[in-house]
Amino acid sequence: MSGQGDSAGFTGHMLDLDEDDDLEVFTKNTSLADGSSLPNSPGSMVNQYRLEDEDEGLQAVHTKDFFITVSNPESHVTAVETFITYKVVTRTTRSDFDSSEYEVSRRYQDFLWLRSRLEENHPTLIIHPLPEKFVMKGMVERFNESFIETRRKALHRFLNKISEHPVLSHSEHLKVFLTAEELAPHKKQGPGFLSRMGETMRSVANSVRGLKTRPGEFTVMQEYVEDFSNKMISVDKVTQRIIKEQKEYLDELKQYGPTYTQWAESEDELADSLRGVANCVEQCSQETEEQISHLSEVLLPTLHDYVLCAETLKTVMRRRDKIQADFETKNEALLSRKDDQEALQEEVNALADRIELADNALRGDWKRWHSGMRSDLRSAFLTTAEKNMKYYEKCSAVWESFLLTQRAETCQQKDGDDGS
Amino acid sequence: MAEDGKEDSLATDDDSEQTAADDSLNTTMVEDGSTLLCRMEICVAEAEKRSGKNAMGMQETFSVYLVETRLTDSGPDGRNPAPDCLWRRYSEFELLRSYLMVTYPFVVAPPLPEKRAEFVWHKLSADNMDPDFVERRRVGLENFLLRVASHPVLSNNKILYHFLTEEHGWREAVYDTGFQAKADSRIRALSATFRVRNPDKGFVEMKHYSDELQSHTSQLLRARARVADRLYGVYKVHGNYGRVFSEWSAIEKEMGDGLQSAGHHMDAYAASIDDILEEEEHYADQIKEYLSYAEALRTVCRKHELTQFELEVASQDLISKKQQREELATGIVRTFSLKGMTNKLFGQEAPVQREARLKVLEELITEGEDTVKEKTAECEEHVEGAWLEMQRFKEQKDKDLREALINYALMQISMCKKGIQVWSNAKECFLKM
Repeated sequence: MSGQGDSAGFTGHMLDLDEDDDLEVFTKNTSLADGSSLPNSPGSMVNQYRLEDEDEGLQAVHTKDFFITVSNPESHVTAVETFITYKVVTRTTRSDFDSSEYEVSRRYQDFLWLRSRLEENHPTLIIHPLPEKFVMKGMVERFNESFIETRRKALHRFLNKISEHPVLSHSEHLKVFLTAEELAPHKKQGPGFLSRMGETMRSVANSVRGLKTRPGEFTVMQEYVEDFSNKMISVDKVTQRIIKEQKEYLDELKQYGPTYTQWAESEDELADSLRGVANCVEQCSQETEEQISHLSEVLLPTLHDYVLCAETLKTVMRRRDKIQADFETKNEALLSRKDDQEALQEEVNALADRIELADNALRGDWKRWHSGMRSDLRSAFLTTAEKNMKYYEKCSAVWESFLLTQRAETCQQKDGDDGS
Repeated sequence: MAEDGKEDSLATDDDSEQTAADDSLNTTMVEDGSTLLCRMEICVAEAEKRSGKNAMGMQETFSVYLVETRLTDSGPDGRNPAPDCLWRRYSEFELLRSYLMVTYPFVVAPPLPEKRAEFVWHKLSADNMDPDFVERRRVGLENFLLRVASHPVLSNNKILYHFLTEEHGWREAVYDTGFQAKADSRIRALSATFRVRNPDKGFVEMKHYSDELQSHTSQLLRARARVADRLYGVYKVHGNYGRVFSEWSAIEKEMGDGLQSAGHHMDAYAASIDDILEEEEHYADQIKEYLSYAEALRTVCRKHELTQFELEVASQDLISKKQQREELATGIVRTFSLKGMTNKLFGQEAPVQREARLKVLEELITEGEDTVKEKTAECEEHVEGAWLEMQRFKEQKDKDLREALINYALMQISMCKKGIQVWSNAKECFLKM
């Protein structure tokens, strides 16, 4: 657990982005500063990952060339269904975009389509998760206002993560998603690479079979992913629990203040002091409400994203394993059978290339992802700590000003008394 | 004060030594405005556990409290006297208070700390043996003694002095005063409340106020306990962050140190609530004092209702007897009476019998007039004493509660400052993540 990385240097590179509520503070790699769109050829992608290998992954700063917002949820009712659309506004300086500003209307399904296309094209890249389809717990309706708002923010984060990714941000699918008036025509494409791979749940689970020697680095990664997933789930749960307890505390606080006000009504000398306390409790209640808001709207969503990220990571690891398993199976066939050697040899070579590609992609993206995670979570906890400090500072000020009024009154009294 | 003379006669002293002490006390007591506390330092210094057999022969554990006193006047040799001390149980304090309430029914009796823990929030031990509870009780008992010893009327009481200075034989001395016989029966008091016709307006208002005070303080205490319970939950849950961060730090390289130390601060945060809430209990105790004072105030008002009622009854009785005399003397029946009716129906009685009856009536009327005088005096004395006392109570209440509210604010500020510290430390750790 030795501290790598220069923390002082790191903080110096944090960017404050002008996006609204979400914490989008993290660094990017310089490898694609030219902004040109790269073709999806394996060769060039390998080169690109080599560049990333050389990077520390933390020090570089990338100027943003995409500014995307997701806003304005609107409800649409048709004969068959009801759904929500979101306004997606893109401002970009990218030369491969015809215009510098786009505005389109997209629904959740469209985001799902984009993500699955990205997954197909880049099976071992770590793609930021989308918010869940349904929320099972708590019986939140699909069209409940707070659910929609939470989803909108998550979709916003998703697009921003994609647009800042050195590889994914150059995807044709992303371009289409952001610019096409109608998405439907673009959706009619052949079954994706992944489906050709026959990626069903079962097959993914069984990919461990036939896997002879997984490189040590990926075993380490796998173990980390398992542990990380558990920890994220725990942190998420603890945070939810804290929010719950805070809400219950707030409820009681709201009933507590009025007991002082009611008492003040049957007092004369004491009434001011009692009302003063009631007022303090009331103000502290408001501060508590704000504190709860921060937890619910800033900390919890970030943590939740990383719970989902952990699942993405597990899927990515499985895919990588499957690619290797496919190669090993074919390789065995090559080594055992006598016929069709040439054809098999070609297949095996292609599969070997595929492994190298997949492994490099994962390695490079892993560093990027990990540093992004570190940055996001650090930022989320930092702002929470700051928010809590502010909370206590404001509450303390409230009580202090109450004390001032009391001390002033006491002085007045002392002047009037004979000092008994 | 006039009352002292009356009370002294009630106490019986077997011990001649005691009598001598009392005499000397009498001569020093009558200065105006001087109370026991002016001449003596009093404190309840410690508490201890004892075991013994109770009244039913069963083994029990109880707490005893060390009452320390020291005369502040230096003795004849010019040196300050050594402190004296003795052990008292809670039940003895209770007995003292009951005695004082019966003996001085116009005084608003200072409160004792609660017998059992009330308005408990879930973590607070309701066990009377809990050290925190015992400690708070010690403070409450000391406050009780200080208040009694600084009261212009109560502080001069001999039984009180005995309580403070002589461990043995005190219970017997109290019972010997016969105060229990003087205690008003609940039924009489209650009946008076309902049937009194002209209670003093001021007392009616005071009684109403005492109801309000009781209601408001108990609502406040209940709500505060619930808030404390919830706040406890909030702090303790943060302890889970401590555990999870620690586990998480084990799998991280660069983030590990920051996470680990942040986790420690979360543990500290979770642990800090115990002391914070224990301190708040002292504030709750101050409010509870006035919950008890409300009851004592109501008792004084009830006593007025009782004396007023008894006066009314005696007056009414006198009036009706006088009327009877008039009827007998003049033969004119003004009011309906069974005797009158039977006389009409069956003829009047013989003159000799009438004379006898008149004579009895005259005696009864004389007695009745004495009773009325007595009751009037009792009533007026009570009103006069109680009225002064209630003003004094009001001033003390405003002062005490104001102070309690200020203390509460100070506690809140202290809690906030601790919170700022913890989260500032956590922030430093998060920066290292």
